[in-house]
Amino acid sequence: MDILTELFTDYTLRTVALGAALLGISAGALGCFALLRRQSLLGDAISHAALPGIALAFLLTGSKSSLVLILGAGAVGWFGSVLIAALTRRTPITYDTALGILLSVFFGVGLVMLTFIQRMPDANQAGLDSFLFGQAAALMQRDIYVILAIGSVILLLTVAFWKEFKLISFDPDMAETLGLPVRALEHLLTGLFVAAIVIGLQTVGVVLMSALIVAPAAAARQWTNRLGVMVLLAAVFGAVSGVSGAVSSSMAPNLPTGPVIVVVVSMIVGASLLFAPNRGFVFRKIREWKSGRALRVDAVLVDLYTLASQHASADYPHSEQVLNVMSSMSGTAKRTLHLLKTLELAQPIDDQRWSLTPAGEERARRVIEEHYGGGA
Amino acid sequence: MTTDHAIPAEDLAIDVRDLTVAYREKPVLWDVDLQIPDGVLMAIVGPNGAGKTTFIKSVLGLNTPAAGSVLVHGKPYQKNRSQVAYVPQRGSVDWDFPTNVLDVVTMGVYGTIGWFRRPGAAPKAQAIKALAEVGMESLADRQISELSGGQQQRVFLARALVQDADIYLMDEPFQGVDATTERAIVELLRALRERGKTVVVVHHDLQTVPEYFDHVLLLNVRRIAAGPVEDVFTEENLRATYGGRVAFVSALMARKGE
Amino acid sequence: MSASIEIQIIAVLVAVACALPGVFLVLRQLAMMSDAISHAILPGIVIAFLLTEDLSSPLLILGAAAAGVATVALVELLRKTGLLKEDAAIGIVFPALFSVGVILIARFAGDVHLDVDAVLLGELAFAPFDRVVLGSIDVPKATLVMASILMLNVVFIGLFFKELKLATFDSALAATLGFTPVLLHYVLMGLVSTTAVGAFDAVGSILVVALMVAPPAAAYMLTQRLASMLWMSAALGAISAVGGYWMARWLDASIAGSMASTAGLVFLLVLAFAPERGLVSRVRQQNRQRQVFARDMLLIHLYHHEGLPEAEQECRVEHLQDHLRWERDFAMMAVRTAKRAGFVEDQEGLMKLSDSGREQARHALVHI
Repeated sequence: MDILTELFTDYTLRTVALGAALLGISAGALGCFALLRRQSLLGDAISHAALPGIALAFLLTGSKSSLVLILGAGAVGWFGSVLIAALTRRTPITYDTALGILLSVFFGVGLVMLTFIQRMPDANQAGLDSFLFGQAAALMQRDIYVILAIGSVILLLTVAFWKEFKLISFDPDMAETLGLPVRALEHLLTGLFVAAIVIGLQTVGVVLMSALIVAPAAAARQWTNRLGVMVLLAAVFGAVSGVSGAVSSSMAPNLPTGPVIVVVVSMIVGASLLFAPNRGFVFRKIREWKSGRALRVDAVLVDLYTLASQHASADYPHSEQVLNVMSSMSGTAKRTLHLLKTLELAQPIDDQRWSLTPAGEERARRVIEEHYGGGA
Repeated sequence: MTTDHAIPAEDLAIDVRDLTVAYREKPVLWDVDLQIPDGVLMAIVGPNGAGKTTFIKSVLGLNTPAAGSVLVHGKPYQKNRSQVAYVPQRGSVDWDFPTNVLDVVTMGVYGTIGWFRRPGAAPKAQAIKALAEVGMESLADRQISELSGGQQQRVFLARALVQDADIYLMDEPFQGVDATTERAIVELLRALRERGKTVVVVHHDLQTVPEYFDHVLLLNVRRIAAGPVEDVFTEENLRATYGGRVAFVSALMARKGE
Repeated sequence: MSASIEIQIIAVLVAVACALPGVFLVLRQLAMMSDAISHAILPGIVIAFLLTEDLSSPLLILGAAAAGVATVALVELLRKTGLLKEDAAIGIVFPALFSVGVILIARFAGDVHLDVDAVLLGELAFAPFDRVVLGSIDVPKATLVMASILMLNVVFIGLFFKELKLATFDSALAATLGFTPVLLHYVLMGLVSTTAVGAFDAVGSILVVALMVAPPAAAYMLTQRLASMLWMSAALGAISAVGGYWMARWLDASIAGSMASTAGLVFLLVLAFAPERGLVSRVRQQNRQRQVFARDMLLIHLYHHEGLPEAEQECRVEHLQDHLRWERDFAMMAVRTAKRAGFVEDQEGLMKLSDSGREQARHALVHI
């Protein structure tokens, strides 16, 4: 309860949490398209490539305002994405290699520029450093407005071009034959992507922004098969991670915000991979177990029936040992026999032997017919 | 069908002249001439790397030829888009994409919906109708990741049908589908021909060419031969197309003679 | 030895040590693993540090290598679930590990100079100050470390060259031949991690990525043979290192940043001017190709109509445009090219094949 009131009353906490939530939303949403288009690592590359943009913006304008630096980062980040597209399209260089080159070379250029800035008389590099690692605590109300404005534009455009983005992500050739300007749409989508990244750099930092792009989307994918729901979920996951990070780091000393956000969102991914219905590991194991169990039930029933058919009546009892020997499945028949008892398909005659009930006989006959076409 | 340039292009479904497409330094298609009249059901066959998919993509304007021209009813594809529908190879998309069958088919009419609008009731109804034609309407809200190969192929076909085009270009629609689906597709192709449509199919199975198609193009970078199946689908032409694999060609022709 | 020379030696050692495993990363389309591993080894280093309380302990390198291998294992694990594609798995695992590392530092080692900045960025300029004395030899520690790592990389690649080659170009075949490409893969990644941590002190993780990716990518534009690619990457890396150092001297800027920038520049130059695969060369080839196609088509056309009654009409230049619907520029280029090669003679607007022209036409018919 404490924390919640603090969330609303503490100016810094409120500001940071809000900023983190907003960028979590836009990163999560756009991240879905990146994930589906196998561009998950593009975020990492663009985050790093943006550094010279930040340095350049400061060098040219002398201003360290959020907006200016974000615009600089965005412009160079955008340029970087164009370079990647050109490299992959027109040369034998593969996508991952192009990303690696962009990431490291641009960042290196940015480092060189930073050393220039270091030498300028009035320059306090602290403001720029925060872009490297994220200094959420340095976020101010003004910065939130910038993030909010850009974030809203991003989301608006995503909704406006929803069906086109979906089509070019799924089948760009088809889109081209339908007459859609696929190249331009791809540029737009990448542009929105770049924007979502650069607004987060101040808060989360270069290194960790890529996680905020990939992880919420990856987590959301496990819960749904519908793109719209996936995007919404990813936005929620992004926001929750953002706020949790902001809150935790304000509570504990020595806990930097960016990394906490990433740890939170990674845990969300882990939980999704384990517990999501249908795709989740836990559910899959349960399903496997259930179907395995059903198989074992049928197998033992059929065994009982087959054994009994060599005697006078279908409920002629046989011992557990015999069933174990007959069975091709691993493990003993004991548990399955008890299950059969619960299902009233078989009953124990004495403490060694079991026989089929009429219901069990019926089911065994049906299984045999289905699987072996009538003969027994 | 000879290289007879006397038929005016507008009366031809597809008119290809001197088409040459190269990738890096190697020609993938060289100097291909082809006139496809309306209303035929034509197979394109050839060995791997013969340029069959490239040919289809050239008609659709999806690549840039080094030389030559392709016209659809007398105009370049971009001017006559609505007359052509494309069924790509199944492997060309990631079927793990989060969307359902109806959605994929509706994508076929995205071109007509316009910007900033959602697909309304009319496009969806068209999509359902197309799905019914391929026997998939009961699976309309099934996730595409849960579809079998044959079902996936039908979805692609429905997506083409929904465009109500005059010319259908298909890339290996019979590849990897079960026997039932194969029969259904053949029926569909014949029905399209009945309605006066032109269907051009990249086909991988030589055995079934005479049975399913009335025209064929034998392609191996160059046009080896093209025309009605009876005239053109000969041992000599097949040998010229497929190179030295004489034994299998002979066996094929022997079977054809039965 | 002056500090300047010592620094350059370290730089070259780092560049070559990185270039070698980098070749395999690029060829297997795993270039971004260099970035992932460079970041993900942080928790390994931190945990090792917390255990030994000693920044120069060799345990740190072991910790890093272990973390690197763990990264690869985690990525594989995620990928095998079928729920995530490989790039997504990488993009989730390494930031998570890196974040854990940063948090550990902040909480338990905040006052020690295990500065994340240093890990990421590194500063070669300080390397000569951290020295090691072995008998009569007095060298910067970085020289020793990097030389050892380079030796390790060279030995490994040398010993397993054939296996690496097979595993890189045809891993299915490699598996059927009985040796494990998977094991090789993990060892390779272990080498990448070791190289990364060795290089951190000197140059930081970003430069490691630059040196592992850019010189091999440039070498890839120059050759398709593995052995050539290895030594060319090493050479290009060394050039980037030395060039970068002097650039840093000139601009008085970060050495690591300059080296990365130079690596990029070298890549661009090679990309543009490489013989055969470079951009300039390709443009020239494409133009030539267009001319050759046009010329050959003209020759074939003339060949087919030679001696026939319509030859009078069909073999005229204007006819090409009207009847065959060739565009004017295309037709003119075909004629020009054919004439220049002596394949065609122009007799008052009527084109005739020369003997060599006829032969070329026949050749073209058969060979395409």
